[in-house]
Amino acid sequence: MSIKLPIYLDHAATTPCDPRVVESMLPYFTDMFGNPGSRNHSYGWDSEEAVSKAREQVASLIGADPKEIIFTSGSTESNNLAIKGAANMYAKNPAGTEHRGHIISVIHEHKAVLDPCKRLEKEGFDVTLLEPGQDGLVTRKMIEDAIRDDTILVTVMWANNEIGTINEIPQIGELCHDKGIIFHTDATQWVGKMPTNVKKDNVDLLSLSAHKMYGPKGVGALYVRRRRPRVRLIALQEGGGQERGYRSGTLNVTGIVGLGKACELCAQDMDSERERLLKLRNKLETSLESKLDVVQVNGHREKRLAHATNISFGFVEGESLMMALKEIAMSSGSACTSASLEPSYVLKALGVGDDLAHSSLRITMGRWTTEEEVDYAIEKIFEAVSKLRELSPLFDMHNEGIDISKIEWAAH
Amino acid sequence: MGSALTRTLKHNNNRRDRRKKADMAYSEKVIEHYEKPRNVGTFGTQKEIKERQDIGVGLVGAPECGDVMQLQIKVGDDGQIEDAKFKCFGCGSAIASSSLATEWLKGKSLDEGLEIKNTEIVEELSLPPVKIHCSVLAEDAIKSAIADYKEKNSK
Repeated sequence: MSIKLPIYLDHAATTPCDPRVVESMLPYFTDMFGNPGSRNHSYGWDSEEAVSKAREQVASLIGADPKEIIFTSGSTESNNLAIKGAANMYAKNPAGTEHRGHIISVIHEHKAVLDPCKRLEKEGFDVTLLEPGQDGLVTRKMIEDAIRDDTILVTVMWANNEIGTINEIPQIGELCHDKGIIFHTDATQWVGKMPTNVKKDNVDLLSLSAHKMYGPKGVGALYVRRRRPRVRLIALQEGGGQERGYRSGTLNVTGIVGLGKACELCAQDMDSERERLLKLRNKLETSLESKLDVVQVNGHREKRLAHATNISFGFVEGESLMMALKEIAMSSGSACTSASLEPSYVLKALGVGDDLAHSSLRITMGRWTTEEEVDYAIEKIFEAVSKLRELSPLFDMHNEGIDISKIEWAAH
Repeated sequence: MGSALTRTLKHNNNRRDRRKKADMAYSEKVIEHYEKPRNVGTFGTQKEIKERQDIGVGLVGAPECGDVMQLQIKVGDDGQIEDAKFKCFGCGSAIASSSLATEWLKGKSLDEGLEIKNTEIVEELSLPPVKIHCSVLAEDAIKSAIADYKEKNSK
């Protein structure tokens, strides 16, 4: 059987839309195009019904009540609404003053969490960014040690987008509830792949995105807890008062229908799909580790998403590695700077870059990834790394027992 | 209608230009050298090389900058560069620049070797502006290898 090239192994960036999702959306572009806000005719009612169904599908995937789902344009918007909305609602002092409340987050969060936190810092809030250890895990203990009397919000991602590590979300949620602190989690990489129950897991606010789970781009949701505690937010976008006033703007009906369908499909085969991808991931990692030396899997070895891996290869430069692997679509990251590759602040935070001469690949598999494709990727990566090491003076030095960090390099 | 059409055409041209630019990041010659690099290797281990009078080594760049080039020249009794070998940790353009440098050095005298300019490498490989530092590094490697040989043979 022939493989379609380039092979797509970048599902943490985005996923293809499932044809069943596309199918479910189509009627809402043409026949049932009504505005769900139109209360006076069947066009509006049909759309309203479709949105309600999608709300139930999303709620059911994460163990929420449909009333607790706010549709947004995606995780970036959900994160902004959750973080800025909660901070401003629960602020201890009015705008324009100092010490308005303490917010805890983590240094290797997505920019869509870090940047809203930085904005709030400029607006008088205190922000603590925790630095996890080398395994990248965020534990309950870390949060507990950082909590102050004036802490109003904790925001920690459920699973990391670069290394796939899974943080102690239920435990952190429990802690926050004990202390009366609002708890938000960016679950973009988690929802749809792992069983989620916001009630049991003590989550107050949760961001999710359709295009990471075989739905369309440009649509997502924010879960906002309504009971014990009832969480309130200050809206960012004002207007027609849609989504209980939290997110004004005519609803993206087609996108929302697609998100709902995507959630339903993820729930159907979640466990078997996870098992399948875990087998492929293990094969990929063990094959590369047995064929090559100076290879390191980044992040916690067990506590991470089944479909994702982040692997570093010593003595190989990132840009030339990507050049050799143009038949595989994936992400490269490096903790060190190269002329054209942006260094990864996540890997840097884990101390991966301390030996300087390495490059990393983030490989994330998905619903249509086959074993044949994984075998192909293993072979290609092995060939590319071997070839570049053949060329690498640093690999020679390593083999001759010379410590390259002890050499005085003339930086240019 | 006429202006809308012009606009569309202009738009298409822009898109084509952009695609051209993306391709130019690696010229055909760079890809060719990257895929079949010439004269890869060393004349021995670091320790062995240090003791050999007929070999000059240039090791330039730094791992934290993403480029390290190692260039070795073997000089004959007649003062001509008999052979050259390289190893490179770096991007495709750095690999191509050092590969090209070894080709050019072979058969040249030391003085002729010193005349190789980075601009010639840029021209030969059609390096884009962001990759000019690779050619500079290759020129540095040549100078440094020749200087090493001269230093070894000055006593």
